[in-house]
Amino acid sequence: MLKYIIRRVLMLIPVMLGVSLVVFTLMYITPGNPAEILLGEEGGSKEAIELLEEEMGLNDPYIVRFGRFIWNLVSKGDLGTCYATRQPVSQRIAQTFPNTLKLAGLSVGLAVVIGVVLGIVSAVKQYSIFDNVAMALAMLGTSMPNFWQGLLLMILFSIHLQWLPASGFSSFKHMILPAVTIGTSSAAVIARMTRSSMLEVIRQDYISTARAKGQSEIVVILRHALKNALIPIITTVGIRFGVMMGGAVLTESIFAIPGIGKMMVDAIKARNYPVVQGGVLVIALAFSVVNLIVDILYAFADPRLKSQYR
Amino acid sequence: MEQKNLLLKIKDLTINYNTYDGIVKAVEGLNLSMSNGQTLGLVGETGAGKTTTVKGIMRLLPDPPAKIVRGEIYFDGENLLKKSKKEMRSIRGKQISMIFQDPMTSLNPVMTVGDQIAETIRLHNDISKKQSFEEACTMLEQVGIKGERAGDYPHQLSGGMKQRVVIAMALACNPKLLIADEPTTALDVTIQAQVLEMMKKLIAQYNTSVIMITHDLGIVAETCDYIAIMYAGEIVEYGTKQHIFLNAKHPYTKGLFACIPDITAEDNKLTPIEGLMPDPTNLPKGCKFYPRCPMAGKECENENPANKEIENGHFVKCHFV
Amino acid sequence: MSNVTLQESSELVPTYKKKSQKAEVWRRFCRNKKAVVGLIMLCVLIFAAIFAQYIAPYDPIEQNLKNRLQKPSVEHIFGTDELGRDILSRVIYGSRISVSVGLIAVGIACLLGGFLGAIAGYYGGSLDNVIMRFMDIAMAIPSILLNIAIVSALGSGLQNMMIAIGISTMPRYCRIMRSSIMSVRDQEFVEASKAAGASDFFIITQHIIPNSMAPMIVQISMSVGTAILSCASLSFIGLGIEPPTPEWGAMLSTGRDFIRNSPHITTFPGAAIMFAIYAMNLIGDGLRDALDPKLKD
Repeated sequence: MLKYIIRRVLMLIPVMLGVSLVVFTLMYITPGNPAEILLGEEGGSKEAIELLEEEMGLNDPYIVRFGRFIWNLVSKGDLGTCYATRQPVSQRIAQTFPNTLKLAGLSVGLAVVIGVVLGIVSAVKQYSIFDNVAMALAMLGTSMPNFWQGLLLMILFSIHLQWLPASGFSSFKHMILPAVTIGTSSAAVIARMTRSSMLEVIRQDYISTARAKGQSEIVVILRHALKNALIPIITTVGIRFGVMMGGAVLTESIFAIPGIGKMMVDAIKARNYPVVQGGVLVIALAFSVVNLIVDILYAFADPRLKSQYR
Repeated sequence: MEQKNLLLKIKDLTINYNTYDGIVKAVEGLNLSMSNGQTLGLVGETGAGKTTTVKGIMRLLPDPPAKIVRGEIYFDGENLLKKSKKEMRSIRGKQISMIFQDPMTSLNPVMTVGDQIAETIRLHNDISKKQSFEEACTMLEQVGIKGERAGDYPHQLSGGMKQRVVIAMALACNPKLLIADEPTTALDVTIQAQVLEMMKKLIAQYNTSVIMITHDLGIVAETCDYIAIMYAGEIVEYGTKQHIFLNAKHPYTKGLFACIPDITAEDNKLTPIEGLMPDPTNLPKGCKFYPRCPMAGKECENENPANKEIENGHFVKCHFV
Repeated sequence: MSNVTLQESSELVPTYKKKSQKAEVWRRFCRNKKAVVGLIMLCVLIFAAIFAQYIAPYDPIEQNLKNRLQKPSVEHIFGTDELGRDILSRVIYGSRISVSVGLIAVGIACLLGGFLGAIAGYYGGSLDNVIMRFMDIAMAIPSILLNIAIVSALGSGLQNMMIAIGISTMPRYCRIMRSSIMSVRDQEFVEASKAAGASDFFIITQHIIPNSMAPMIVQISMSVGTAILSCASLSFIGLGIEPPTPEWGAMLSTGRDFIRNSPHITTFPGAAIMFAIYAMNLIGDGLRDALDPKLKD
């Protein structure tokens, strides 16, 4: 098992290198001269720009610049300089990323709990009214653009009912609407996945075997069926984590949450590209790590895989 | 069929499946009884309603789409169809247990086999987890698997071993009735023989009554005392092994025997039964076998034949006996 | 001789099977009420996109500052926006952008991804390795972020947005195509064709692609909805369509500033986005069930 984990961690390196290459290349072809933008309007003499260009190594060939980018990233965690605040991008990410992670974590938890419970009940009561209503809602949930949903929730709960704050991130109360916004579509997807996975499992012979033993229905469902159905659900949760990180980008800017997503959206508007691309890189890394964890969990949930990697 | 020792009596059992394409009459007006210690072979083609019948006895049919429309199932003198869900649970696994067709799929892939056997034991006996696991190991030894393999997952065992585990699980609480649904069809021929031999030994040892579902007349000849031949949801012929093997009367039964190659015969030609099973949503009005029957007459088309006892304990459902 | 076998083998399984299969799939699809509703919704959408200038009651771009921020009324069923433009007309015109982005971006993804996947699956080896590692990398970046990164590099605008969405959707098609090709590649009718001397191109287009259609079709119907969502998302954060062109996401974005008193500006374009995605999801579900009856509950 340890061997498997080590191998998977090692496999992460080329992927991250690839992601860095993609992000770097995109930054490379992005129009605009960083030196000129960094110096701004006041210090923009031609000599000063050329000097800074030389200093930043902007005149070096592509491959050298990529090498330097990777070296700076690995050795110093340097992702470049924010055009707006002149801070290192890494520092800005360090300030904002924990908030995003907190929000994403809460959303995942919400989505998994709601999705799995709805999915199980729908599967067990297939074709019942509950099943039909839950699946119709799930379909709506997967079709709802989350930025729109965020605005609707804000209109209802913050403006009309005034139960929850519309912006900021200072208390748990502030996290409820954004987490619901981010989590809804994933809850819907997980509910649909859980339902179909459970239906698939419930038809299996070993479920009949468990019933033939005289086991009660609830134990049959929770111990025998769910444990088997969980395996594809785990994968879905992993994939949805990436979607939720993406969702956080939009949702944070709607609810004015000082997370990495809002930082990126603001940076887009200001054409502050190092921040945008640094953000992409960090989120891709987080997503890859989550997928790694998911794969390991997956191996634990399925003894067939576990013994393969022993 | 002596009354005194009666274990199971099914009266007029009718089971329908409600599907998109209409109502499927899987089992219709089925009557059957068996005594303690008997082994009954339930023989018929795929789709004849054998599995539906026994799942009906276990009350394990998925509802919807399956529906027990009418009938009574008496087990040990009590009507199983009147039992509450909870009472039924205490009967399943303890009084009646079942072995499913395919050992590959009838074990839970994410639980160790020991745990799966122990689960049955713990459900019906008031013992600790540890004790039940030890008993599970003993059961495994009984079916010829080393006790230390109790910690293995199903995928680590071969097909034959899995079926042994399933049998151990079914016999763990010493049930009165064991229902074996084609217990060996999924296995290799050599393994089949071993598993059957072991089953026979255990059945004798525990004095368990058995309903053996199969379409293999060889297995029937080897293991069963009584035989019921099923066709399109009905039992068309019932009798002792001697009755059926030596004096089969129903044209369908005769047809089944004609399908078995006989190596002693000079002219080695098989005579298959013409045609296919009727569409279960649209069964013939009269005798269900009428469209395929070589002896069919006028009355067969419109009139379902009655069950006639032609000799002591030998019943045939045909107009021409 | 080899010519004869070639013809025969190409007529063997697939073409004969395909025809009856198509009718069967269509029949199953039509029996699914939800799927038919989805199809009708899609038709409404496409109709609105094509005939926008005849249906829309007002000009979508002309401003009328006297009429700004009006609540829904008989004259303006969806109300007017901050510049006095009729929201209904803008929503109708907005369908043009959404439908075309949905179709073109998915077309790009499907062709490019399908092509790469076909090559990877058919030839295998190191080519396969290189292509699939590249797809792994693309999949490691959540798609909205990849879109953001690409559009910020290429610059905003309709065309670049389509390219970005196409590229970020591509890996799925590549994977699907590759795995279906690998499963078809070794089947007997392909072997037979190969033995008869058919070219790789012939085998791929005549045998393999028809046989990998089912999962591709399902994926296409699903990702048109996703592409529409991505388009709206990008415009919402200011990377997509520039004003004054009516686009649903951009309309939502401007509506945010007036959310307190004029929530209708955000409500209707959002509902339109949902309508489009919902339609595609219903169709996708229906197609999946119709194409693969095994998967149906």
